[in-house]
Amino acid sequence: MTISTGRLRLTKRQRRSLIVGLLFISPAIVGFFVFNIGPIIQSLQYSFTRYNILQPPRYVGLNNYLFLLEDRVFKIGIQNTLYMVLIGLPIHLVFNMLMALLLNTKIRGLSIYRSIFYVPSITPVVASTIVWLWIFNGQFGILNEFLRFIGLSPIGWLTDPNWVKPSLIFMGAWFGGNTILIYLASLQDVPYDLLESAELDGANAIQKTFRITLPMISPVIFYTIIVNVIGYFQYFTEAWVMTATRDGSAGGVANSAMFYSMYLYQTAFQQFKMGYASAQAWILFMIVLIATVILFKTAGWVYYHAEN
Amino acid sequence: MATTAIRWQENRIIQDRIKRTIAYTIVIIMAVAYIFPLYWLLVTALKTDVEIFAQPPPIIPPNPQWHNFADSTTYIPFWRYMWNTIAISGLTVLGTVLSCTFIAYGFARIQWPGRNIVFLIYLSTIMLPSQVTLIPLYLIFRDLGWVGTFLPLVVPHFFGSALYVFLLRQFLLTIPQELSDAARIDGASELGILWHVMIPLMRPALAVVALFTFVQTYRDFLGPLIYLQNQQDWTISLGLKLFQNMYGAQWQLMMAASTLAMLPTIVLFFFTQKTFVRGIALTGLKG
Repeated sequence: MTISTGRLRLTKRQRRSLIVGLLFISPAIVGFFVFNIGPIIQSLQYSFTRYNILQPPRYVGLNNYLFLLEDRVFKIGIQNTLYMVLIGLPIHLVFNMLMALLLNTKIRGLSIYRSIFYVPSITPVVASTIVWLWIFNGQFGILNEFLRFIGLSPIGWLTDPNWVKPSLIFMGAWFGGNTILIYLASLQDVPYDLLESAELDGANAIQKTFRITLPMISPVIFYTIIVNVIGYFQYFTEAWVMTATRDGSAGGVANSAMFYSMYLYQTAFQQFKMGYASAQAWILFMIVLIATVILFKTAGWVYYHAEN
Repeated sequence: MATTAIRWQENRIIQDRIKRTIAYTIVIIMAVAYIFPLYWLLVTALKTDVEIFAQPPPIIPPNPQWHNFADSTTYIPFWRYMWNTIAISGLTVLGTVLSCTFIAYGFARIQWPGRNIVFLIYLSTIMLPSQVTLIPLYLIFRDLGWVGTFLPLVVPHFFGSALYVFLLRQFLLTIPQELSDAARIDGASELGILWHVMIPLMRPALAVVALFTFVQTYRDFLGPLIYLQNQQDWTISLGLKLFQNMYGAQWQLMMAASTLAMLPTIVLFFFTQKTFVRGIALTGLKG
């Protein structure tokens, strides 16, 4: 590591390797500026304008942001998205962890079960959501058929504003195979002698899990939390496909399934209010940034053991 | 002493057996629950348009309508959409693998001043929500006249993807430096080392990147929804959803088409299971 402390004083060889290195990563440099930094700045600029694509953008100051404060649908979108991040995501991660712990009990036929739990997560979202639309169908769906069979009254899984988000979370669990496998892979890496010596000291299964297994894989848990928090803030396709109607609108009854990204999409690509949508995008950016910072600041529970 | 030890041993064996039975029971119940939606998809795809609405719904199709599959490929322009999807996914895989290989090599195998800081900055783009850049990128592509073509969906991938660069870099860092040094002494250029020494060793990691990129692109909905405006350019995901909206649901045909749309990724998974599992461990473990 030669960090140039003084001015740029590089040897001839260093200069050569710098040029060659930069050449190799040049696609990344171009991509970084053209597809990331540039658009981020532009998006901030657009957020201060009114821009309907047909006429050139017109500067309106903070108006877009002020309108957002008053925008009822936007507020519902934030609430629904937070519901997904704060309720749906923890349920999914705990459920996925339980599944992984279950699969880690040295059961026979592991590779078969692993495949069964993973396959839903690689099917095209739209294709599998169409089945779930049919399963949730109020009149002919198998779920309500089952409820009637055991003597309960049917539920409007996707039409009752109180049920649509729980329904989406229920379906979302089915797509979680990827996380189950990430957890399973890390569980399999927990050194066996650690667990064995704890057992000799008289630790039971629950103590072993909470005192050894989970702390050992806490970096992986942290990684899945970060990635999924960012992902759940962008929750779109499942809800869109579930609630899209024939006229192209979506969001469910009384916007009960209107999520942040859906409203942003509608604002930008159906109403062509590019400035207003850019303001939404920037607020999302800030929310995700703050959430990430909070997660990193409160990461004291993550245990990094020396590798190898 | 001896008898208590034996009793303890026996107790343990019984306990183990009980735990095992419980674990198996739950796993099997969960497995059935996970398979059920896929089973229901297939069953619904095989019903007649009357049986679809029968109450209670038959759990096994009384007279399987295999022709529904053939019908569904004409009900929507299935093969056309499939071809579009494969073309976009294929080009995306090509771009990602190509660019990420070069970028990862530059970050892992060449010592240049400032490398680690630049890498960290680059890596932080993983956390950027795509919505933030969505609108400016749309407007740029619109000015270029690319909206309504595959280009906005494909071209960005030729400029690297931070997550896969990270993955390949991790892999390249494990290859001993002596291999490169030896080749350098023999007068090989960096490109020569990449091509002749690294790429053959990188094959397992490249396979992971290719597979993940393919599946990810194949499943994508939002990208095509924004950029593909002509009906003949749609991907299968767009086709499935928008057709349903436009013409009302012919459920059994929608289900048949959905089943067919799932087959490529499922078949791919069963042929490349090991690569998938290795890749998942790679993406998760390095957190």
